[in-house]
Amino acid sequence: MTTEPDPADPAAAADATVAEILTAVSRPSPGAPRGVVVDSPPGAGKSTLVVKAARELVGQGERLMIVAQTNSQVDDLVDRLAGKGPDLTVGRLHASDSRPAAEALRHSNVTASAKVADLLEHDVVISTAAKWQWVKAEAPWRHAIVDEAYQMRSDALLAVARLFERALFVGDPGQLDPFTVVGTDQWAGLSYDPSSSAVVTLLAHNPAIRPHRLPVSWRLPHSAAPLISAAFYPYTPFRSGTGPDERRLTATVRPDGSAVDAAIDEAAEHGWALLELPARHAVRTDPQAVAAVAATVDRLLRRGLTAHSEHGSQPLTPARIAVGTAHRDQAAAVRAALTALGVPVDPAAGPAVTVDTANRLQGREYDVTVVLHPLSGRPDATAFHLETGRLCVLASRHRHACIVVARAGIAELLDDHPSTEPVSLGVTVKFPDGWEANHAVLAHLAGHRVRL
Amino acid sequence: MSLLSTLARLEAIRSGRAEPLATVRHRHLSDRPMVVVPLAAAGEAGAPLAVLLGTDRAAPRLHLVPQPLNRTQRFDFLARFAAELLPYLESFGAEVEQIEASEKDPETGEKTQVFRELCADAPQLIVPNPGSIRHLALLGRSTRFRRTAEDADPGPYPAPTRVPLLGRWLTHLTERSQVPGSSLLLPMTGLLARHWATGQSHLEDQHLAAQLAWHSPPPGLTGAEAAELAETERDAHGQLTHPPAGPATDPRFDELVLAGAITRHDAALVALQHLTTAGQPAAGLTTADRPAERQRAELLVKLASEQLHAALESVLLPTWRDVWHGLDLLRTLPPAAHLAERWESDRWSYTGHRDRLAAGEPPQPKQDDAVTAARKLAQREREQVRVDVQEALDDPLVMAERRLAGEAFTGVVTEVTPAYDTSGRSPKPRPLVTVRTEDRPHADPGREAHRANGLAAQKAVIVGADPAEGTITVQVTSGMGRKKEPEPGSLPEPGDRITFTLFELTPRQSAPLPDPDDTPWTHGGPPGSADHSPTAAEEWE
Repeated sequence: MTTEPDPADPAAAADATVAEILTAVSRPSPGAPRGVVVDSPPGAGKSTLVVKAARELVGQGERLMIVAQTNSQVDDLVDRLAGKGPDLTVGRLHASDSRPAAEALRHSNVTASAKVADLLEHDVVISTAAKWQWVKAEAPWRHAIVDEAYQMRSDALLAVARLFERALFVGDPGQLDPFTVVGTDQWAGLSYDPSSSAVVTLLAHNPAIRPHRLPVSWRLPHSAAPLISAAFYPYTPFRSGTGPDERRLTATVRPDGSAVDAAIDEAAEHGWALLELPARHAVRTDPQAVAAVAATVDRLLRRGLTAHSEHGSQPLTPARIAVGTAHRDQAAAVRAALTALGVPVDPAAGPAVTVDTANRLQGREYDVTVVLHPLSGRPDATAFHLETGRLCVLASRHRHACIVVARAGIAELLDDHPSTEPVSLGVTVKFPDGWEANHAVLAHLAGHRVRL
Repeated sequence: MSLLSTLARLEAIRSGRAEPLATVRHRHLSDRPMVVVPLAAAGEAGAPLAVLLGTDRAAPRLHLVPQPLNRTQRFDFLARFAAELLPYLESFGAEVEQIEASEKDPETGEKTQVFRELCADAPQLIVPNPGSIRHLALLGRSTRFRRTAEDADPGPYPAPTRVPLLGRWLTHLTERSQVPGSSLLLPMTGLLARHWATGQSHLEDQHLAAQLAWHSPPPGLTGAEAAELAETERDAHGQLTHPPAGPATDPRFDELVLAGAITRHDAALVALQHLTTAGQPAAGLTTADRPAERQRAELLVKLASEQLHAALESVLLPTWRDVWHGLDLLRTLPPAAHLAERWESDRWSYTGHRDRLAAGEPPQPKQDDAVTAARKLAQREREQVRVDVQEALDDPLVMAERRLAGEAFTGVVTEVTPAYDTSGRSPKPRPLVTVRTEDRPHADPGREAHRANGLAAQKAVIVGADPAEGTITVQVTSGMGRKKEPEPGSLPEPGDRITFTLFELTPRQSAPLPDPDDTPWTHGGPPGSADHSPTAAEEWE
């Protein structure tokens, strides 16, 4: 029999780690390495840490630059930073042909500009790695924070590293690796392979840096943390910040007897459900699977669900639901199917269900997610579809429940396609590989299967 | 693989012949290409065995290494290879044109006009397959650092004078072939596969003879049957009638033909050397018989050498003919519109290497430093975008793939409504263009669209789509001149058939990278001048 951890315990452990990191960043001991690396499992308070570290450094009179990877990540961070620190002045550096999101600009302490010269007086300047690369270094910053550093490519870090002396790198090693569409075999095994992740290069050249690890996932419910930890982070386990009964989903509308409703009830009770379609090879935008995803989202909204958590009880609204797919055309097909059912999917027109690919869901959080399994209906299992990070992102966006929609036969498909990626000298073999992780998740989902 | 190329493969299976994937030729072909068919010896990585090369299809030149493990013979071979290849490569260096450019003075910041030389044409090597390119790259790596008798310290095993130069050219050409859309060094299997789909897998397409079999199957055979015949048919001696295009040879050839020929040549050579060095004549002969014995031994060496030549020529010639046959097929396609532009990049690449050699720069380093690697990756990504866009613009079949993927749409203009942006000081034209199309692009309102193959670059923004009507309305935002009314002819008119793409038509500029000497601490700092790799003693014989 296992003993449940004391609810007060995870918070204390997390606080101790955060305090340690903040000390390393703001008061480094003499001779300490110039970089601090923090590995964070899904929902472990990475963004909160970034905000805390930024306030700490600014409190010491430092000017700070923050590098994120996508415009939406930058806008999220600006919104958070400006909201949590009304005393901070925040500069949002953006490309001349794009405008920052409205949430980022609603704060009075945020200034947006396409020219860095307009923002030099601000406490914090935030932009994407792509934009920072063009900034001329006349007045380099002493401190930088690199957010989602595992998503950043080594060559992008090479181009921006001249802008700062010390840096805090924060990211999730389990998410999607950066990629390129051209061949890079020639650099495989080099410590500075330009197509590898920025953190991999940084650690190879600065062996004195010992990554810190955030030990508690505040997002993942008690039903998900052990599976995600064991399947994707076997050597760096983490636990959930909440106990077994702290997150609940309740429905006011009785199930209509359909498989979709049965899957919703299974997910509400156990945190996971696998809605399984009959085995069949299908085109990427498999119409039946897309229809099943859309029907699930539609029923989620019609069942009058309420999410009970440590933050209180809130109705499950469209904005708290996400659909994750592997490909953009699948996302487009799901959006079209949802629109046909009258479910809002356009965020510009009000609260809407988010439908996007794994790449774009990185760093986001929802109450319930519906995932179209990357291997559903496929005749083959390519490296793209097997990538560990893709499945990890899709299976770790939810606070309450995750419903996976897939065709039967994925386990057999995996067994027919063992990993055959070439092994290069000097390249650390990623473990677990996607094959292993996919099997682990499937084995767990098999216990929550509902056949359509 | 796109849906359209999958369809083309299925059609090829049904028709039994290769099906077109392109309506124009997407790679530059030189008027005077050099075809190079290299063979590697089994057993040692990168050991050359032979090469058949030339610019005249009627007169291929064969060079070989009689004993592939003998380093002296290997470097003699490389010297002959260099003597054949280098004059061809260097022949393009003399004729240049002057290109005007402006350069910023690093001190004053003033722009000054400069002229730069650009070679009027560049060499082009055609090899059978990607494996041949990898083999040439290995040859380049193993020869470009060799010291020669002309060096201050020639070392114990000086190479023939021109061999390191051969290595530097091979390294440059094989590196360049990694750049998408480049044409200095091209594999024939890749060229054919870009333009025609066969009914077999990509792996099977690597066999040049099998891929070509789909183009002209013998009467009564389908492409699949002809391809299988090309892969497996053997003659009375158990030898393949279409030997693999290299660089590896058929093991049955190695075993039954090559091994014997090499052994005989070795033995004949040993006998001759024995005569030259040994003092005593063979038993039963007097010193008077010496010249006759010598002549006989020399004749035996010559015979053994001719046998080796004949054996290797017999496995190389079918591939040689296949490569030229492939060139004939490709020349039946009209050249794509953007070929000249991309070939100019190849000419710059060639000119740059010519200049580095002339300036006496050291050979390309063993491994790229961090900055060079990042720079090359950025260049390749940029060129990949460029070649993808240009192929779509040049070829309706390629554009059809993009349209099918929802990244572009083609249709007939039904309506052009004048509209103006009056937010500024003077009103600017922002006309609305409605297109009727059967395509289903991911045309979300607000998304930027680009007019394909217009006279000048023209951008627009999607303002609405009516899937039921099959219409998409865009607001044109640029490319109409500076006046209040759009320049005549700058806008499409009702009835015109036009294409808008949802992808940009020019690759984005790559961000600047630091100088290698300013490599930051995150990447290990500036590359050290010291070479840390352990230097092993060389095994020569």
